[in-house]
Amino acid sequence: MFSENGLLPIIAILPFLGALFPGLMIRAGRNACASFTAIPTVLALVLLASLAPGVMGGTVYRAEIMWLPQLQLSASFFLDGLGLLFAFMILGVGLLITLYARFYLSSKDPMGQFYTYLLLFQGAMLGIVLSDNILLLLIFWELTSLSSFLLIGYWKHLPEGRQGARMALTITGAGGLAMIGGMLILGEIVGSYQLTDILAAGDQIKANAWYAPAVILILLGAFTKSAQFPFHFWLPHAMAAPTPVSAYLHSATMVKAGVFLMARMWPALAGTDLWFYVVASVGLVTMVLGAIIALFKDDLKALLAFSTVSHLGLLTMLLGFGTPEAAIAAVFHIINHLTFKAALFMTAGIVDHETGTRDIKRLGGLAKVMPITAAIGTVAALSMAGFPLFNGFLSKEAMLHEASHTSWWENPWIVGALATLGALFSVAYSLRFIFHVFAGPVRDDYPAKPHDPGFGMWAAPAFLCIFVIAIGIAPFLATPVVKMAAEAVTGEDLSFYFKIWHGVNTALLMSVAAIIGGVILLVAHRPLERLWAAMPRPEAKTIFDSLITATQHGMRWLTGILHQGAISRYLAIFVAATVALGLIAFSGGAMGPETRDLTPVPPVAFVGWVLLMAAVAMVVLFHRMRFRALVVIGVIGLMISVGFVYLSAPDLALTQISVETVTILLLLLALHFLPKQSPYESGPTRRAGDATLAVIAGVAAAALAFSFMMRDFSTISDYHLANSKSGGGGTNVVNVILVDFRGYDTYGEIIVLGIAGLCIFALMESLLNGPAGRKLRKAEFGPDRSRDRHPLMMVVATRVMLPIALMVGVYIFLRGHNQPGGGFVAGLIFSIALLMQYMASGFAWTIRRQRIEYHALIGFGVVIAGLTGVGSWLAGRPFLTSNFGYFEIPPIEEFELATAMLFDLGVFLCVLGAVMLMLHSLSRLARHAGETVNNEPMDYDPSRSVQASSSTGMGA
Amino acid sequence: MELLVASAVGALTAGGVYLILRLRAFAVILGLALLSYAVNIFLFSTGRLAVGKPPVLDGYTVSDFAAYTDPLPQALVLTAIVISFGMTAVLVMFALGAYLEAGDDKVDMDGPDQPDRQIAATTPQDPESDGITFSFAPKERDA
Repeated sequence: MFSENGLLPIIAILPFLGALFPGLMIRAGRNACASFTAIPTVLALVLLASLAPGVMGGTVYRAEIMWLPQLQLSASFFLDGLGLLFAFMILGVGLLITLYARFYLSSKDPMGQFYTYLLLFQGAMLGIVLSDNILLLLIFWELTSLSSFLLIGYWKHLPEGRQGARMALTITGAGGLAMIGGMLILGEIVGSYQLTDILAAGDQIKANAWYAPAVILILLGAFTKSAQFPFHFWLPHAMAAPTPVSAYLHSATMVKAGVFLMARMWPALAGTDLWFYVVASVGLVTMVLGAIIALFKDDLKALLAFSTVSHLGLLTMLLGFGTPEAAIAAVFHIINHLTFKAALFMTAGIVDHETGTRDIKRLGGLAKVMPITAAIGTVAALSMAGFPLFNGFLSKEAMLHEASHTSWWENPWIVGALATLGALFSVAYSLRFIFHVFAGPVRDDYPAKPHDPGFGMWAAPAFLCIFVIAIGIAPFLATPVVKMAAEAVTGEDLSFYFKIWHGVNTALLMSVAAIIGGVILLVAHRPLERLWAAMPRPEAKTIFDSLITATQHGMRWLTGILHQGAISRYLAIFVAATVALGLIAFSGGAMGPETRDLTPVPPVAFVGWVLLMAAVAMVVLFHRMRFRALVVIGVIGLMISVGFVYLSAPDLALTQISVETVTILLLLLALHFLPKQSPYESGPTRRAGDATLAVIAGVAAAALAFSFMMRDFSTISDYHLANSKSGGGGTNVVNVILVDFRGYDTYGEIIVLGIAGLCIFALMESLLNGPAGRKLRKAEFGPDRSRDRHPLMMVVATRVMLPIALMVGVYIFLRGHNQPGGGFVAGLIFSIALLMQYMASGFAWTIRRQRIEYHALIGFGVVIAGLTGVGSWLAGRPFLTSNFGYFEIPPIEEFELATAMLFDLGVFLCVLGAVMLMLHSLSRLARHAGETVNNEPMDYDPSRSVQASSSTGMGA
Repeated sequence: MELLVASAVGALTAGGVYLILRLRAFAVILGLALLSYAVNIFLFSTGRLAVGKPPVLDGYTVSDFAAYTDPLPQALVLTAIVISFGMTAVLVMFALGAYLEAGDDKVDMDGPDQPDRQIAATTPQDPESDGITFSFAPKERDA
């Protein structure tokens, strides 16, 4: 059925799929929720177990799904010894934690959420260990940071939970960012982003000049994730998470991700001096420092957290040594540490759950009231201390053996001595865990009545303790697994065996010394603690917080400079940047020589140009007198349309002049409600600066336009000219381009215009219904308003003009396909004619006589244009293919009709509706501002007064 | 002729840029109108200037392509003109709305994330009033 390789992506995705269920199943109860969380884990374990024999025999399974070939990102997975070991660890401990958490979480905690995050984390962690592509690994790496953030901050009401989550995310995220850089460098060195290729190219990488930066960056990622010195401080703060989270993420799996990465990259990166000195030193320092701090912590979980830091340092140091024996010891210790540390965390959780406190100073004597828990805790802690017959002893011996055989800068003693020191302190705190918590007389002041928990809670740590004892007594049980993983790490065949008794060698002596020293430290704990408290110690969290606050202040300062809400400054920067970009492009020297000649200038054109320039100058100089500026802008538009006429663009001229008219109407309407003058606001320096920028921009634009016009170009419009009549059925090429060749563009454009109209309508609605509307109703108008608001002459003239204008509009529309005209111009002409009615007889009077909704016009326009396009589907052609034919209706001579005319009809209706809606909405302001409604179209109707006087006779 | 057109583009750009850097909304609207004129003329001029050669075919087929000016920039500018009218209208709406809500038509805010101005204390008889009244009477004769 499924090939074995194909199982790998399934295993990777199972936890993610499973994460969909806990949120749903919580409704069926906590047991159902926990079971459904366990199911994907169990399934993945089963699938993995089916692959295990092959991997132990030496096969490496691979699966690849191409994802983004352009980025060389493929979802490729592979399973070798190291991956199998870690996958079993992740899934196995995940299963145990699922069981444990079911009983640990109180009824108030949202369990569905918890299990969802847990499964997400599990999937991400599994992805890290299974992925074959380093980009994919990076994605999963960041996912673990994110899911860890969610899990640490699970108890949202606790500030230390939130702060711990933030700190963890910041540190691991920053490390992840550095790692991305390192991975990219690696990929570039090797030329491929597949892990198997990178691991095979170890010599090439180590010889490359970019080896050092890549290693440093990748190590930054690994150290931040595995809480090595100096990034170790986030792990104790992450202890604000619930204990199942601490047991799973922050002892067994997530913090091991950094160690896993170092182990995975071992063939590619390890063995050099740089690797040895950086990794081994950091690991050694972390091991000793973590152990020392752990001894003096009173919180159970803090003690365990720092002990985790110390053990991770141990693993890092071993991986740093770079020898195969050290790699074997590291792999072995990974397994052992997992078993005893997860068991210890769960024990601490049980103690916390049952007694209500984690403070060691308030605990003691629990062995009599919680015998099962005490037994489990003692076993695990003794293994952590490294006592014989427990598995911790074996791996610690191996570590001490390696440390004593490593010289650091020609000094053969120092590594061994420091390692012994670390072992010493770890004995001390492990014994402290046992004796200060469990041993001693029973107290009478526990916050809650302690007793052994139910089977569900101690089953998981007990299961792990079985491994602790079994491997401790019979280490050959672990040999095949360690061999498989270590061979994957080193890439060479290894043969070794673990023995409990190697004879009296240096390592044994160091262990004995450590045990003796640890017991002494435990006995002398109280005075030592006073000494420790008296010493000045840097508090990592305050340093971190002050760094973050300083960064925030800096960013706020920067934002304050760049973003003060002054749009004039933004626009100035925008213009200056655009001009600068243009200058850069120009200096590239790609502009060719001039090839065209200047066309001659007739005197009329020259006069028009002078008028245009004078008008621009006047607008700029007199912009404060707004009404005047508005009048002069009309002149500019007029000159431009005259220019279009002269330069062979009749359609453009028509459009420009009608748009100009409507724009002036619009701005007049706006000006009615705005202040009629602008005050003097910007000082002379500011105006000079703006003027300089404006002149520079103007010169740049003029130069650009001139250089365009003086050079030849190749055009695609020969096609349009050739096919306009024969393919499109019209001789007005511009119109045929608009409604036929580029009909889809026009379709989009009329939709945009309609949307603009609807926006204005909606904005005006909300404006008038808000406080502005209420203020408007109380507005006052000047005393010198025209009494002649609806003058007779204007009303009559516009009324008579209306049908003529509409007829002209229809004519322009019909002829548009063959002569200058078309839907756009016709729509504008119609709207101008209708707007004149508004102006003449007033808003209210005209509205009462309006029969057609402008929204409907917009809608109909778009729909008709769309249906025209759809109609060509019925003929089996693409959207908006037009057709035309010749018709003859007597007595009219033969004329040509194209379906593009229907499209043009849609354009016409949409433009008409949009323009009318815009100006209609704006003129509602006047109505709202309390202007009186006139019932008569004009102020003075001579026909009525004649009637009145005639009816009353010789009325006086 | 090219010099005239280019200098017209330059003058309109200069005037438009100067006006959009002003501090009052109406000047910014005028500036944008000038800038859209400048851009439209520029786009049109990329088809190179031709006098007396409108792109209206006078036969079924085209014998000489040089007898017609380039129609494609004209088609593009036509929609540009109409849509920039739509944009001007929306901008006017914003300016009007802002003026009616805030009581003045400045474009700059006073500072980052700060409210615009000190608003007068609410009067007891009308808790909604914020001291802004409108008067559309002209301040001086706008001769």
